[in-house]
Amino acid sequence: MNDGLITETAQYLTFKLGEEVFALDIGKVREVLDFTTVTRVPRTPDFMRGVINLRGNVVPVADMRLKFGMTETEKGVNTCIIIVEVAVDGETTVLGVMADSVLEVLDLGPDRIEPPPRIGTRLNVDFIRGMGKCDEEFVMILDIDRIFSCEELVLARDMAD
Amino acid sequence: MIDRYRQAFLDEAEELLAELELGLLELEQSPADMELVGRVFRAMHTIKGSSAMFGYDAIAALGHEVEAVLELVRSNRLAVTTPLVGTILLARDQIKAMLAGTAGGCDGITDGGRVIVASLRELVSSSASPAVAERASLPGSSPVYGECGEITCLIRFRPHPDLFLRGINPLQILNELRGLGPCRVVAHTDEVPLLEELDPELCYLRWDVELVTARGLDAVQDAFIFVDQEREVEIEVLADANDISPDEEVGSSPGAIEQHNGEKSISSIRVEAAKLDHLVNLVGELVTVQARISQTAAVRNDTELLALAEDLERLTGGLRDNALNIRMLPIGGTFNRFRRIVHDLGMELGKEVVLETWGAETELDKTVIERLTDPLVHIVRNSIDHGIETPQLRLAAGKPRQGAIHLSAQHSGGSVIIAIRDDGAGMDREALRARGVERGLIPAGAELPDRDLMNLIFAPGFTTSELVTNVSGRGVGMDVVKRAMDSLRGSVSVTSLPGDGTTITLTIPLTLAIIESLLVRVGPDCFVLPLSLVEECVELTSADRAKAHGRHLVRVRDSIVPYIPLRERFGARGEAPEIEQVVITEVDGKRVGLVVDHVIGEHQTVIKSIGRMFRNVAGVSGATILGNGTVALILDVQQLVQDEVLAA
Repeated sequence: MNDGLITETAQYLTFKLGEEVFALDIGKVREVLDFTTVTRVPRTPDFMRGVINLRGNVVPVADMRLKFGMTETEKGVNTCIIIVEVAVDGETTVLGVMADSVLEVLDLGPDRIEPPPRIGTRLNVDFIRGMGKCDEEFVMILDIDRIFSCEELVLARDMAD
Repeated sequence: MIDRYRQAFLDEAEELLAELELGLLELEQSPADMELVGRVFRAMHTIKGSSAMFGYDAIAALGHEVEAVLELVRSNRLAVTTPLVGTILLARDQIKAMLAGTAGGCDGITDGGRVIVASLRELVSSSASPAVAERASLPGSSPVYGECGEITCLIRFRPHPDLFLRGINPLQILNELRGLGPCRVVAHTDEVPLLEELDPELCYLRWDVELVTARGLDAVQDAFIFVDQEREVEIEVLADANDISPDEEVGSSPGAIEQHNGEKSISSIRVEAAKLDHLVNLVGELVTVQARISQTAAVRNDTELLALAEDLERLTGGLRDNALNIRMLPIGGTFNRFRRIVHDLGMELGKEVVLETWGAETELDKTVIERLTDPLVHIVRNSIDHGIETPQLRLAAGKPRQGAIHLSAQHSGGSVIIAIRDDGAGMDREALRARGVERGLIPAGAELPDRDLMNLIFAPGFTTSELVTNVSGRGVGMDVVKRAMDSLRGSVSVTSLPGDGTTITLTIPLTLAIIESLLVRVGPDCFVLPLSLVEECVELTSADRAKAHGRHLVRVRDSIVPYIPLRERFGARGEAPEIEQVVITEVDGKRVGLVVDHVIGEHQTVIKSIGRMFRNVAGVSGATILGNGTVALILDVQQLVQDEVLAA
């Protein structure tokens, strides 16, 4: 599990889902959009909210709140779509992730990041790369590649049923 | 710089090799056609010359051996036979492999190559065989280069200074001219600048050559095959030893030749495929923006803006058609590849097969053609292996000894129909039925309609062949064809008459980039349906539904059509309107209705990929962007209907 260890100082984009703060490696983030109309794709899991028009390209959007067992994201003033690049089977694909609000960009060195806790979180620990400490608060650094490489399997399995 | 030319050379070599192959196969059919011999010779000559220029010496050497054989054929000293064509085809494959395999191309001739060279030399040494007399006595064989009289020509060769940059060695050209007959070369050096001004990469020389040759004007022009003949070379025939030339081409005046060259000067240019893809993408965006502008103009009701929007619509439409047209290629190139496959496979299986093609000029989108090749290969191989019988069986059945495979292509509305017909044994219905029952695809003793029985061949792993050969019989093949057709939004059907052959028909859309479609609404979401599938729209009231007693059937004039309630299938939010619409579509020859809330109208749909995450979603084949900037999904009607059949 060496690939999950964080050994260098890097920048992270933090965002909120409900009251919890999450972070994404800034290298994975392409841009942040205001919430726009999402077209639902029938016969897909609920957390896949649908597709949006990103300057002429069709990009899928996932609702992380539903994915992490919270209620569906409601459209608010601060609701955003974070466009990320996800590596699935060695191929990069572009994907939107919904967030209640986007906070800031953080510098976090390895000394301020702890390995993911085995218990005490509702999330599957496989999805967390580490816990970053910031002003006595913890942010969960997500492993976005892993979340969605599993997702595709789930999608495919749903279809087979 | 050099790399760019090298790529151009490789592209060109590829085309020439294809031309060579085609010419050879045609030559096998009509061995007395001197024009074909000339075509084959020119292709080989060009390959040899340009290979030498780019340092592919081994290829040039092999090319030289082939040329020696062809030269004998051209001068009527060697007859065209099947082994001869076979050997040259092998040499052609060797050259192709050498081009593909070598980075620098400097490797010597390989063992395989040496065998080919040996058999080529054997052909040359056998040129005194009686076969020649036979050929020479063939009636109607056209006059031959070797026989035409001597001509004297004055050649003024004034190359453009960038001659060296184009990879041309003038010395080679001059040596080639020397090989044609006695000649006198005068080099003009008056344009060579002072040393400090001299650019060593430029050519400052020009030459005048006086040549007496018996090989005809064609041979002289062949020497200049790589230079711009119109601007750099001037060939003047000074004296013709035979006033009446036996060969029309040799006899034509220099003026006529210049004109001939002028005609073909810029008939086409070579463009990278990626640039075309980009252009089509941009046009797609433009179509989307134009739709938004038209919509905005309609909402504002501003006359001036409306007029502008209309102009824009007209121009965008023209641009779209043009851009898509650029990507269109005639399918003939693909058809020609099958000549070789049919030739080789017929040999291998001991069957005599000819390939006939029709409609080779039919144009299709480049991507469609690329994705069509594999399925076609499968079908043609199957036809030869399973369809066409051996000569003995054919004669016994009272058919001509030679089997025929007929490939045809034709336009039909927004689609192209490709038919592959063989005059073989046809499909054995009993064998199909037996295998279907054995594999559990159909219940035992079931009386299936002929169509459904035929469609069994598209089931994965289905084969009736007892023997697995390396040609076919493994049962992979027809299901590949079916899948490829689905991904191209096309369809495949098969008809077969026992003893009379099988016809497989592929129906494919012209392009994959933009389609005409029908925009519909289900709940809050818009969907588009390919217009080519839509037959008509009828209303469905709650009274109609009550009459059908819960069954999903609707009466359309005199027939009953089953329908799929999309609202239910997609779990759409909100209430259904009082009067719903049924869009009647035709899928695989059957009529099926799709129930939607509203039919909005026709729409120019620029097809977008829906991305990796959703690629397994059944019933949706892509997405498009609407005039208001939101995304609408393209429904995969075939898939929806199939799912419905499975669920029933």
